[in-house]
Amino acid sequence: MSLDWQVVERYFPFLVGGAWLTLRLTVVTTALGTIIGLFAAIARLSRFKIFSWPAAAYVDFFRGTPLLAQIMLIHFGLPQLFGYKPNMVVDAIAALSINCGAYVTEIFRAGIQSIERGQTEAALSLGMTPAQAMRYVILPQAFRRVLPPLGNEFIAMLKDSSMVSIISMEELLFRGMISAGRSFRPFPIWITVSLLYLAMTLPFTRLVSWMEIKLKREHRPEGR
Amino acid sequence: MNGPMLVVKDLHKYFGRLEVLKGVSFEVARQEVVVIIGPSGGGKSTLLRCINRLEEPTSGQVYIDGQCITERHAPVCQIRRQVGMVFQLFNLFPHLTALENVTLAPMKVLGMPRGEAEELGRQLLAKVGLAAKVNNLPAQLSGGQQQRVAIARALAMRPKLMLFDEPTSALDPEMIGEVLAVMKDLAREGMTMLVVSHEMGFAREVADRIMFLEHGVILEEGPPEQVFGSPRHERTRSFLSKVL
Ligand SMILES: Nc1ncnc2c1ncn2[C@@H]1O[C@H](COP(=O)(O)OP(=O)(O)O)[C@@H](O)[C@H]1O
Ligand SMILES: [Mg+2]
Repeated sequence: MSLDWQVVERYFPFLVGGAWLTLRLTVVTTALGTIIGLFAAIARLSRFKIFSWPAAAYVDFFRGTPLLAQIMLIHFGLPQLFGYKPNMVVDAIAALSINCGAYVTEIFRAGIQSIERGQTEAALSLGMTPAQAMRYVILPQAFRRVLPPLGNEFIAMLKDSSMVSIISMEELLFRGMISAGRSFRPFPIWITVSLLYLAMTLPFTRLVSWMEIKLKREHRPEGR
Repeated sequence: MNGPMLVVKDLHKYFGRLEVLKGVSFEVARQEVVVIIGPSGGGKSTLLRCINRLEEPTSGQVYIDGQCITERHAPVCQIRRQVGMVFQLFNLFPHLTALENVTLAPMKVLGMPRGEAEELGRQLLAKVGLAAKVNNLPAQLSGGQQQRVAIARALAMRPKLMLFDEPTSALDPEMIGEVLAVMKDLAREGMTMLVVSHEMGFAREVADRIMFLEHGVILEEGPPEQVFGSPRHERTRSFLSKVL
């Protein structure tokens, strides 16, 4: 059977266009997810239940249910409940960001908790409020420590963004399905799609490993 | 005001069912240097941490320059500004340079302009002998240097009272002297100090009073000559024989 690699040439620009949307979707939703996750983590760690409880429920729900179901719920479920017309792009970005935010919440929570208690105490002993201690002492240190897991989350989002093909977002996976269907040459098309994903994730995988090594080298225990 | 700088009244602290402070009361006069000694686990750190309310006392009162910090709605952050604290493990901010460690609180808490804060910071770092290290990160400094930065950082808030929790016990022996020298200078300048330390030489030289704290109780207190020379309490005597 001929694999007919020429279809790759024909569909390549089309697929690259899809990859470009995948990349933009990932950047936007990881950025939004990071902001959501930062605030949710602070709420999660609050000693006031009115903050910590909703944050915990948010994390549990969006980490404990499939992303596909979340996309369907946001794109088809909510419009039915509230009676408005769904918007594909908004819903895709919303579903991915909210899902990403739940994972980022846990990343930030772990990051914040990994900062020694003595740091907060030193800040408080200088007269800082708990919010100032968080803002000027804890978060700047936590940010450095969470960079590798945040990078991993970005990579996960690159791949998970393929799920919004279910609501016809024309990102890489969706365009792969179209190309494979039209050309009747699934193998060359899907291997191309896969390699395009790999080309996007690999630089970040390497970047994360590099950051991990660098942080490990920096993180010598204080004192002595 | 001319009352004592620090008043601690009948302080009790429980961790769960463990009573760590069993009714501690004492005063520290203005410009007085009080050294607390006592066996590990006796509640020395807890006492210091209750004084600036890093730890919530179970009952009792603490007054700093006449202001009660233990009241329910006390302006805790405001009172803490007046109380410097130096920790056993320094607790410097590792992401900030020595100078930034010192200037952070004056800028963010007191709203001091950067220029002024940096001038103050350089001056304080020079005072603790670290003028050449202003731009170093804590990780690039020795333990003794880090602890001196920590002292400068506390002094930058112009505290009325300084608390030291075993400031030299995490240091290599050759670095202890440089930190104690800075503390002696402070005492000489008239800083009111409450110091947990087992550096007996330091205590003899600068302490006005020694308190022996064991099992959450102040068993004995008095001038260093008396407590070290002729301790009244059997427990003090056996503790001193182990430390000296
Ligand atoms: N946060 C805490 N939770 C429970 N127990 C504690 C806590 N902090 C201190 N303790 C206990 O309180 C006692 C006194 O500790 P501490 O004040 O650190 O003594 P010292 O500084 O004299 O060595 C010890 O038995 C210690 O285990
Ligand atoms: Mg202690």
